[in-house]
Amino acid sequence: MANVNAGHHDHHPDQEELRTFAFWIYLMTDVILFATLFATYIVLQGSTDGGPGPKDLFQMNGIYASTFILLTSSFTSGLAILAMNKGNRLALMNWLGVTIFLGASFLFLEINEFIHMVSEGATIGTSAFLTAFYTLVGTHGLHVTLGMGWMIIVIMQIAKHGITPVTKRKVNIISLFWHFLDVVWIFVFTIVYVMGVN
Amino acid sequence: MSKQSVHGTTEQHGGHGSLKSYVIGFVLSLVFTIIPIMALENGWLDSDKRLIIYLGAALFQFIVQLFFFMHLKEEDKPRYNLMSLLLGLFIVFLIVIGSIWIMMYNMVAL
Repeated sequence: MANVNAGHHDHHPDQEELRTFAFWIYLMTDVILFATLFATYIVLQGSTDGGPGPKDLFQMNGIYASTFILLTSSFTSGLAILAMNKGNRLALMNWLGVTIFLGASFLFLEINEFIHMVSEGATIGTSAFLTAFYTLVGTHGLHVTLGMGWMIIVIMQIAKHGITPVTKRKVNIISLFWHFLDVVWIFVFTIVYVMGVN
Repeated sequence: MSKQSVHGTTEQHGGHGSLKSYVIGFVLSLVFTIIPIMALENGWLDSDKRLIIYLGAALFQFIVQLFFFMHLKEEDKPRYNLMSLLLGLFIVFLIVIGSIWIMMYNMVAL
């Protein structure tokens, strides 16, 4: 237990907190990754090479639905944290389960959108705009997929070990990651979709 | 015993909000999503001025997520999370604004 030492110096941050901070730094590197993808998208947005553009391709009703689904999943992952702080293990696992379900619904809509676009002849190789689009939105979708798998593993650990300082930190970190995905989606929603069809 | 007390304090300042703050955050995030959708669907203002509504709503949405869900303001005194966030945002602006600026001139060169 690395924590045992923490008791000797009360003013030093404890190990669990340092680990959370380390994860926050990882999130900042992810911020930079997404910044480069957003910059690429913004610059290449108009380069459709005579192919279909945002207004021809985006079906906004589906995008609105997936946006509200992701916002709700951010809320339910918050409810999981509240259940955890009350020591309610079953509610914690249930709320994480609901969050995974909402994440899966989001992905389902996204994959359908991609299939629809490809059927319209808008593949990743059609134009620079579409290359940038699929890379940016696909990278976000990949993060959602990984987050869901990660959440499943955390649920398994809670089932096995219960609510301990270690599983607590893990739930806090996955929840931080999930809120972060929501933040990235807000900018995808605004810059790619809403401003694209404006 | 001492280990216990360390964790006791972490739990307190970690806080992680209450049901009330999560519900407020959720409602605000819905509002800041509905506003740009209404602006787009109903064609408020003209399309250039509408961009301000979109970007403003996104910015508020970002702030809501940071404060109500990611608990940025609840961290301990050396605000390392906030500092790293500010550095991250600085790099974001350099990359995004810098790319746009350079590519504008690139188009002129073409």
